[in-house]
Amino acid sequence: MNTELLGIIATYAITLLIAFPLGRYIAKVFAGQRTLLDFMAPLERGIFRFCGIDPKEEMNWKQHLKALLTINMLWFVYAFFMLIFQDKLPLNPDQNAGQTPDLAFNTAISFLVNCNLQHYSGESGLTYFTQLFVITFLQFVSAATGIAALVALFKALRQKTTTQLGNFWDHLLKTTTRILLPICIVIAGILAFRGTPASFAGKDTIVTMQGDTVQVSRGPAAGMIAIKHLGTNGGGWFGANSIHPLENPDYLTNMTEAIAQLIIPIAMVFALGFFIQRRKFAYVIFGVMTAGMLALLIPTIISETGGNPAISQLGISQATGAMEGKEVRFGPTATAYWSTITTIVSTGSVNGFHDSTMPMTGMMQLIAMMTNCFYGGCGVGILNYFIFIIIAVFISGLMVGRTPEFMGHKVEAREMKIAAIVALLHPFLILAGTALSSFAIAHGWGAGWATQPGAWLNNPGYHGFSEMLYEYTSSAANNGSGFEGLTDNNIFWNVSTGFVLILSRFLPIIGPVAIAGILASKKHVPESAGTLRTDTATFGIMTFAVIVIIAALAFFPALALGPIAEYFSLY
Amino acid sequence: MKRYFFPALKLTLVLVLLTAGIYPLMIAGIAKMAPGKGDGVTIEKNGQVVGYANVGQQFTGDNYFQTRPSAVGYNAAGSGGSNKGPSNPDYLQVVKDRIDTFLVHNPGVKRSEIPVELVTASGSGLDPHLSPAGALVQVPRIAKLRNIPEQKLRDLVQANTKGPLAGMFGPATVHVLQLNLALDEIH
Repeated sequence: MNTELLGIIATYAITLLIAFPLGRYIAKVFAGQRTLLDFMAPLERGIFRFCGIDPKEEMNWKQHLKALLTINMLWFVYAFFMLIFQDKLPLNPDQNAGQTPDLAFNTAISFLVNCNLQHYSGESGLTYFTQLFVITFLQFVSAATGIAALVALFKALRQKTTTQLGNFWDHLLKTTTRILLPICIVIAGILAFRGTPASFAGKDTIVTMQGDTVQVSRGPAAGMIAIKHLGTNGGGWFGANSIHPLENPDYLTNMTEAIAQLIIPIAMVFALGFFIQRRKFAYVIFGVMTAGMLALLIPTIISETGGNPAISQLGISQATGAMEGKEVRFGPTATAYWSTITTIVSTGSVNGFHDSTMPMTGMMQLIAMMTNCFYGGCGVGILNYFIFIIIAVFISGLMVGRTPEFMGHKVEAREMKIAAIVALLHPFLILAGTALSSFAIAHGWGAGWATQPGAWLNNPGYHGFSEMLYEYTSSAANNGSGFEGLTDNNIFWNVSTGFVLILSRFLPIIGPVAIAGILASKKHVPESAGTLRTDTATFGIMTFAVIVIIAALAFFPALALGPIAEYFSLY
Repeated sequence: MKRYFFPALKLTLVLVLLTAGIYPLMIAGIAKMAPGKGDGVTIEKNGQVVGYANVGQQFTGDNYFQTRPSAVGYNAAGSGGSNKGPSNPDYLQVVKDRIDTFLVHNPGVKRSEIPVELVTASGSGLDPHLSPAGALVQVPRIAKLRNIPEQKLRDLVQANTKGPLAGMFGPATVHVLQLNLALDEIH
């Protein structure tokens, strides 16, 4: 077997070996059991005392969401103003300018919602101060927000009937101090020792061997790159993200970063099983998610290692595969693997540019974000999957002619309405956004705009359409990767994707938490022979079918105009 | 909302301090013990810094091993790829021109022998590596210009080839700057 394939198999295997015990650990943290990091407890108590928070005060689902939305609103205002005035703040050795209001609006939202769409380049668009005090900070707390919301759902599922879903502040802080920070220190340490910059030195100027004078951007990047992956954020320190040889110096760091972005999403699935003491239920979810990942990964590897047929026609043999936008030290197989995991788990970091990947790969990336629940982002992945479970329960219930039940609670009209709205919001935002931008190009909108719609696209034809479709899909999935050829730092894209980002972050958090809260407050119906079991392979397949029908088929016409059409023009 | 505002504000302060203040300083401290002390690892020649180990640089001369095409001209003030789609006709023309140029500078090499990385731009624009094949295909040209036996250069490429991680994972690579430094040592 070739070393490139062996490399990704090892990467995934190590991921599972870490994720399983991590899941057990996470379940213990939130169940209040003893763990290795209990020495953090005095620090946490001190912080809660300072903040005037009683971490033992139980919240119901509405209080949870109020706390979550309040603190998120605060972070948005904070981030927005920091970005605008970054040129007047310290730690700006490269003398970079402040962001324009529309760019700051987009950037602040994008990092707040764990998306990390970047309409700027890190080397010139931010200062070290904002890289740390806005970007790194939001990368931690946005991941913690997703996990904190999911823990409320865990607590709703654990008990027969309850309105007490734990304390949001407690979940948020413990996620940061017990999970994110300790693991990040390890990852950042590995990166720093493999050559990623971590000091506060500014740009360096050097004369190369053949006598060119060039500059090298640097900065305290290692810590940020660690949380960017662990928190499934994805926004890079440098413009080229984890393709950049300082951000991702070698194959070992590549494995580290690939593992880092997948461990929490997978661990949360296992944590669910441990926490609610229904391990089989968690294993079925894990099985469906893994099947979904493989269904996307295998075509991606085949098409990337097969190379670009148009370049084959020029007489070039592509022994290793397609190399445009890729790095020699990773090779096409590791880049294909990364492109799949970064799109299923909403990281959105890249180790090879997606815009230059083959049409089949592009389609797999899009479908990964359109389904957005195969493992999924920190916390929110399972929240998204939960919506599909509810729909699957409902449909299965109707098929066998019983009242749908989930974990001993009747699923009724109110819950179904919420689930349907959340499930349909995703395709609506993506397709409406793409339609709007296509219309703007076709009808010559924006005569007075600094960037004309005609100049948005970096590639003609079907691929150009894919660039727009990708941008909205990435925004709605809170993913953050892009077909980066798109000229996106202008008012149209900054504002339109900004709104898509907010809606597609908070409604899919509010919806599942609300459903779980409402279900948990209902009378518990004991399981009987007639109960539809949700921890069986049959139910897993049912959920998979629901995901395919709702998420994937809604997008088929749009995919046909983009990657599918490009595929047939190329092969 | 008021009930949540002040706890939220104070908790934000603490979290900012923890994640944006203490954490990066701690990592910078750890990095002080790493090669390059967290400033990036440099490569020197006769006491002069000639480059960063992890940042590729351009070699245009025919008497050196050349690096991959770059969308940013190997200036690491920025970074990026071409973002050209696989079916873009303008892009395919650029690739075709690169192939023709390569064939002119490397007479005797057949089209099918050109490794694809030599005619496609890297993602970062700063790729420091070539595949072993990407270096070996340039050997006849350099051997002729420098009057060095081809076998000696092939050995040099071999000596500068880094195998897969732990011998098992990922591709083999050749670091072009180090290879060229070693090339200049041969007389």
